[in-house]
Amino acid sequence: MLLRAHADMYAIRRFEEHIMRLFLRGEIAGTTHLCNGQEAVCVGLGYALDEDDVVAGTYRGHGHILARGSEELRLAAELLGRVDGLCGGRAGSLNVFDPTRNYIGSFAIIGGSIGAATGAALALKGTGRVAVADFGDGTTNQGYFFECLNFAKVYDLPLVFSLENNGYMEYTPIGNVTARPDDLAGRAEAFGIETERVDGMDVRAVYEASLRAVERARAGEGPQFLEYRTYRFVGHSRSDPGDYRPEGELERWQERDPLTLSRRALTDELGTPDEDIAAREQEVDERLERAIDAALASPFPTPEELEVLS
Amino acid sequence: MIEFRHAIIEALADELAADPSVFLLGEDVAAAGGVFKTTEGLLERFGPDRVIDTPISELAMTGAAFGSALMGRRPVLEIMFGDFMALSMDSLINQSAKWRFLSNDQVTVPLTVRTAVGAGGRFGAIHSQNPGTWLHNVAGISIVAPSTPGDAYGLLRSAVQADHPVLFLEHKRLFSMKGELDRGLVELGTAAVVREGADLTMVSMMKGVHDALQAADVLAAEGTDVEVIDLRSLRPLDLETVVRSVEKTGRIVCVEEGPVTGGWAAGLVGQLAAQALDLLEDATIVSAPDLPVPFSPTLEDAWLPGVERIVAHVRARLAGV
Ligand SMILES: Cc1ncc(C[n+]2csc(CCOP(=O)(O)OP(=O)(O)O)c2C)c(N)n1
Ligand SMILES: [Mg+2]
Repeated sequence: MLLRAHADMYAIRRFEEHIMRLFLRGEIAGTTHLCNGQEAVCVGLGYALDEDDVVAGTYRGHGHILARGSEELRLAAELLGRVDGLCGGRAGSLNVFDPTRNYIGSFAIIGGSIGAATGAALALKGTGRVAVADFGDGTTNQGYFFECLNFAKVYDLPLVFSLENNGYMEYTPIGNVTARPDDLAGRAEAFGIETERVDGMDVRAVYEASLRAVERARAGEGPQFLEYRTYRFVGHSRSDPGDYRPEGELERWQERDPLTLSRRALTDELGTPDEDIAAREQEVDERLERAIDAALASPFPTPEELEVLS
Repeated sequence: MIEFRHAIIEALADELAADPSVFLLGEDVAAAGGVFKTTEGLLERFGPDRVIDTPISELAMTGAAFGSALMGRRPVLEIMFGDFMALSMDSLINQSAKWRFLSNDQVTVPLTVRTAVGAGGRFGAIHSQNPGTWLHNVAGISIVAPSTPGDAYGLLRSAVQADHPVLFLEHKRLFSMKGELDRGLVELGTAAVVREGADLTMVSMMKGVHDALQAADVLAAEGTDVEVIDLRSLRPLDLETVVRSVEKTGRIVCVEEGPVTGGWAAGLVGQLAAQALDLLEDATIVSAPDLPVPFSPTLEDAWLPGVERIVAHVRARLAGV
């Protein structure tokens, strides 16, 4: 399973790199928020969920959408604004989602994912299905966050709060504007919610902790809270070079790149031959080339669409 | 010549320098200088007590701005994108807009809210809206929206100096636009005739004013003399300037970047009809469809009331089609 997880994380990384290239070539307009560095959360959490569990994500959502099994071609086509996109080109990177995979939104409003997942959990209570609210550290200062912690606990909802703590809001370090920034999970504990702090760069640690939390929520034990410590290797959005980071910080985190860790575990612990890993990566490379080419060949929607609707 | 975004920095700097009760707050406004670079250098000049980075807490930010205004401070709150104003609405609508009236004029609320608005940047449905119209129905808040760097400067200084809440809209596609800066103040609630003409009155705001001017150039070559009015303010509304123009032209076309339902153009045409129906030979609106802003470039371009659509619309109206 680790080899598959490695390949899936590798696919997300390469997908994001393709998207960045398409931006630089002017094929994609507007903005996009990439998740390079945070792939272990997408994949490890994804593996802990069943197909009919529900995820609400954010504008930094490409990795989670792919982890839900959505087609790479259709995600890329959406970001390119083409008819074959997951939302027909209407949503774009900031808002793309895939209801057919129970990924109910990339919420562009900070905290929106938590509200939506709380409601999904309310609807799913008693069915054995769970909902996941994905969000970032900066979101823990938003009203939605505190209100939904209470709401979920009071009604014992099958909800997993998935906090991806990458240390930054847009350009501001979370610690600059946050009380007790080193203990964000403690905020959930204050509501009596069970929490776990997880190494978000280690896909196995993410998977194991996520599975524990998801199973507890599934068993009717109420809301669960996971804080994944992670880091984004790229700027907040396309236009951000990330130069507010202290020197050496990025490099330190890159030493714990989720792909490096999984590759090391595969070879050192499981004795997986390098050729096997390389072959899987090459498979992904070729698949992605085809998906991106096909997405680029998809037509743009025609303006008449708006006339019909309005 | 100065960029629109620099005119905003200049206005903020001049207000911060002129009045110690003025302070700025918002997400990424201090150390990073604002995501649209409209507060760059102000932290360095005025210090962290007057230029404050906030957490992502729009309700707390807006509520706190209101409370500090009650204490005699002059907060200038930046809400990064107009779409996020949805989270600020309670404090603005149910508190800031009402407190002076409810107090029997014992208190004032000198609060300015600045926010980046507008479509055309491929930012999609939730980073492209214009919240000005959402607040248009709320008595007690002025809503102003410049189309040039000079007006941005003059209106922003007037907004900060006003003793009541003012929503100040900054169109994203104007930030890099250049223009003159004479450092004159612009009175809130005054429209500007930005091009004189005898055949037809065209009214718009923000980016739409530039589209209207371009359309007027095209139409002039065909012998149609268009007068263009930059409304600049939704509340107070300078109906007088519009009426004076329509007295001359008898025809009005409003160009609004947003749905017609509940939009400012429908309100303006309605007020005009209620006050001066006999002047009007024709009154129409070029707007966006009643749909959210789509992401895909082909769809967003079709959603926007661009120059081509404006020109085609005017031609059709004048031909009586
Ligand atoms: C209500 C609201 N306020 C502000 C923003 C602008 N914004 C977009 S992303 C972001 C930072 C979010 O930080 P975090 O929650 O840590 O998530 P990350 O981007 O690190 O994944 C901000 C302030 C927004 N989208 N919505
Ligand atoms: Mg973050």
